[in-house]
Amino acid sequence: MSGQGKLELVCPAGTPAAFRAAIDAGAHTVYCGFNDETNARNFPGLNFSRAEMTESIKFAHRRGGKTLIAVNTFPRAGDLALWTNAVDDAARLGADAVILADIGLLDYASRRHPSLRLHLSVQAAAANADAIAFYARSFGVKRVVLPRVLTVQEIAAINRAIAVETEVFIFGGLCVMAEGRCSLSSYATGKSPNMNGACSPASHVDYHEEDGELVSRLGGFAIHRVAAGQAAPYPTLCKGCFQAGAYRGHVFEDPVSLDAASLIPQLAEAGVTALKIEGRQRSRAYTEAVVRSFRRALDAQAAGKPIPASELRGLTEGQQTTSGAYRKTWR
Amino acid sequence: MSIDRKIPRFPAAGAIALRFAPLVPVSLAGARLVKTLGRRHPGLFARLGEQAGKIFLIDPIDLPLVFRLAPRADGPRLEAFRRGSAGPWDARIGGPLAALLGMVHGVYDGDALFFSRDLVIEGDTGAVLALRNAIDNEEIDLAAEVAAQFGPLEFLASSPARHLAALVGGLSGVALTRAIREPAA
Repeated sequence: MSGQGKLELVCPAGTPAAFRAAIDAGAHTVYCGFNDETNARNFPGLNFSRAEMTESIKFAHRRGGKTLIAVNTFPRAGDLALWTNAVDDAARLGADAVILADIGLLDYASRRHPSLRLHLSVQAAAANADAIAFYARSFGVKRVVLPRVLTVQEIAAINRAIAVETEVFIFGGLCVMAEGRCSLSSYATGKSPNMNGACSPASHVDYHEEDGELVSRLGGFAIHRVAAGQAAPYPTLCKGCFQAGAYRGHVFEDPVSLDAASLIPQLAEAGVTALKIEGRQRSRAYTEAVVRSFRRALDAQAAGKPIPASELRGLTEGQQTTSGAYRKTWR
Repeated sequence: MSIDRKIPRFPAAGAIALRFAPLVPVSLAGARLVKTLGRRHPGLFARLGEQAGKIFLIDPIDLPLVFRLAPRADGPRLEAFRRGSAGPWDARIGGPLAALLGMVHGVYDGDALFFSRDLVIEGDTGAVLALRNAIDNEEIDLAAEVAAQFGPLEFLASSPARHLAALVGGLSGVALTRAIREPAA
């Protein structure tokens, strides 16, 4: 689906307070999840009860906003009800769309709730036009969240070849793996972001100060030693510091965050429909600041003005930002 | 939300004076405050879930005091101790007082404070996350909670408490009251 309309800003909310902050700060759409393993940010104290989701959807609708419910983990064999119930409840509560990754769940949702709008989660890792066409044809998917491995040129080529909307990440944490296929957290903790909704679950994380250094352990493995005064990353294996031969450092990925604000005009030109901010695990302060900044940027883009300079580095992991794969320079 | 703002530190002279302050009144005030908070924000406990049974050491590193928080639904407790004498705890959250207050009031993001090393976490990380998320969702305003101590006269105390908190906060750079959001145009 190619075309350059007004870009939609899709914003994260881990709590009802963050949800309201997102809408107040100018989000067109908020995505969130139920407080269980059905979504990929299943952290303690986070997410929405059914009652909170009901109220939040009403709040958004009163302000002209939309709510997307992420049911984007992969159902466990023999325990499907938790996931199908989540889809049923999303439809019953009036969600504007559900974000799904699993083929079985997409099939269930398309048959059981034919009027429920389906978005394909980034967890499905659909990164080419043929894969996207399959999801659109088979399940009636209306929008695909593209994996964070594509250049702007590749996104434009995909948009020219498909008949559904695309959504791309514009800001927030990055994963090194093709989405939905990461086993690092499972290896260290037995808990998977794709199955249990928690990458590096807090229950397996230990922080300790040793001689001024912050030592982070995940499932008993030391993964960082950060000197005093240096920025600390999340306790994920992909951002860990390891020794491999003579090399000592970030073997998989540097702890930097995506900030592609400067690429908004190019992404619009590439036919993208929506820009997504990562960070459902973050506070309402983060939500408010990031959403407000990107709403300003989108309004400037719509008015044909220059995109204002981003001032969000202080909120990012590693306190550094990158435009990620959108501007690949390593090939 | 402040993004790159330098976090103010509690004045050294005040910290020295606090070394000699009696702890009983501080603990009594803390006990009243968390009792009021629990009554006015029952959602805190629902969001804390099983983590409500944990003991949290709240450690404002620029003060000579630490606070032991037990956020139990049937009787939340907050007690002040001299540094090093608080006894066992499940999770420690340490940082400048201004950072801790700013997180409560929605001015600072906890993850960003962790990235910048302004916030230190030890012990049960799951309990810390649950507490952070529970407090963040309640949109707590400590000035309003202090005013609520006045019971039926709360309506008289509310506005002065908020104005005083905003005034002192503005002068010191410390968020003593909740950040008010302006809806986007």
